[in-house]
Amino acid sequence: MTRITLTVDGAQVSDDVEPRLLLVQYLRERLGKTGTVIGCDTSNCGACTVHLNGTSVKSCNVLAVQADGGEVTTVEGLAQDGRLHPVQEAFRECHGLQCGFCTPGMIMQSIDLLNTNPSPSEDEIREGLEGNLCRCTGYHNIVRAVQHAASHGSSTAGATS
Amino acid sequence: MIPAAFDYVAPSSVEEALAALAQYGDEAKIIAGGQSLLPVLRMRLNAPEWIIDLRKIESLRGIRDDGDAIVIGAMTPHSVVGSDPLVQEHAALISKAVGHLADAQIRHRGTFGGALAHADPAGDLGAPVLCLGAEFVIAGSGGTRTVAADDFFIDLFETAIGDDEILTEVRIPKHTGWGAHYEKMVRVAHQWPIVSVAATVRMDGGTIAEARVGFANMGSTALRARGVEEAIAGQPASEDAVRTAAARAAEGTNPPSDLNGDAEYKNHVVGVLTRRALLAAAGS
Repeated sequence: MTRITLTVDGAQVSDDVEPRLLLVQYLRERLGKTGTVIGCDTSNCGACTVHLNGTSVKSCNVLAVQADGGEVTTVEGLAQDGRLHPVQEAFRECHGLQCGFCTPGMIMQSIDLLNTNPSPSEDEIREGLEGNLCRCTGYHNIVRAVQHAASHGSSTAGATS
Repeated sequence: MIPAAFDYVAPSSVEEALAALAQYGDEAKIIAGGQSLLPVLRMRLNAPEWIIDLRKIESLRGIRDDGDAIVIGAMTPHSVVGSDPLVQEHAALISKAVGHLADAQIRHRGTFGGALAHADPAGDLGAPVLCLGAEFVIAGSGGTRTVAADDFFIDLFETAIGDDEILTEVRIPKHTGWGAHYEKMVRVAHQWPIVSVAATVRMDGGTIAEARVGFANMGSTALRARGVEEAIAGQPASEDAVRTAAARAAEGTNPPSDLNGDAEYKNHVVGVLTRRALLAAAGS
């Protein structure tokens, strides 16, 4: 067992974990943060995307011990005072989802993209989301949602981690 | 998928990491960003007893100007390398290739040194570092040594780094003003290339004065295309001259036949991609 201490969605947590425990398992099974989902479990689909120390990572491809001392933001940590993050709002407004399974990862990666590129072109959005798969193939509305969020200046609002 | 159980240590200096390697020997595996290693562990293709994590060693991160070279710390994430102004100015080929490497999340986490030490022949960094004549600084118990790029890649997933050694940094001789292009052929986004061609050229007016060309996934290691380089040096950056030089692309290659195509197909493709890459690098 290895002791880890980190901040998750603004709260400090500390636990003894097996070194082989994946960050996504830690978030879901130890902290109950089931908003972050496991899709492919092979680091392809991006459904498990969270932010670690301010940038997006695939949490099925990170060990919990690697996040020791770090700051994690999950999709559950985006809303502030009961108000959705502007990118969450944009996904709702543009219906940027079908079954919704990829949505947590899509939103987390979209925020990461907008943090580095507040006004992406459509191509840049599609490239920026290339590590996130939507098996419903609902990409068009996802791209529209990111465009909507960008045009409403979302990148600096709310939790950006 | 869950890795087999292992013990974990995160030393805070290269010396401590080397001591841990010496202690655990064959049972240990180094983890940098872990973006290649973790899938291997989860699929249980490897099950080391110890994982030595370099994440706390700050001296392994960062990019600096060292006169005639830029130096990239082994633990520097791809996303930092790709957007670094020094790299863009003096080693544009690296910037271009990093932009095609995996996806944004993997680039945030994966490291420059980790990917090179992993030595996947389909990796996106091998060909660029060969082209730029990089030098690999490797630390061991007896001090550090430097290995030239041509001597670094030994075979599939095998490098000149010894079992008791750690790659600490990569020195890239400056290629200021050289045009560069990375031409990658993939079936699916954010995947390994079927074939990639890295090309960088020093132009003299409309003439390609010097060229460096390298390939990913055309053999058991990344490769330099010396035949193409010889053929294009001193030639005009014209479609005809580049096509003639690119005809030598398949010399000395040994591409894997797989579901993406057989060796004959890839030896054809590499010539096409070489032509495109050279013309793009030359700005034509």
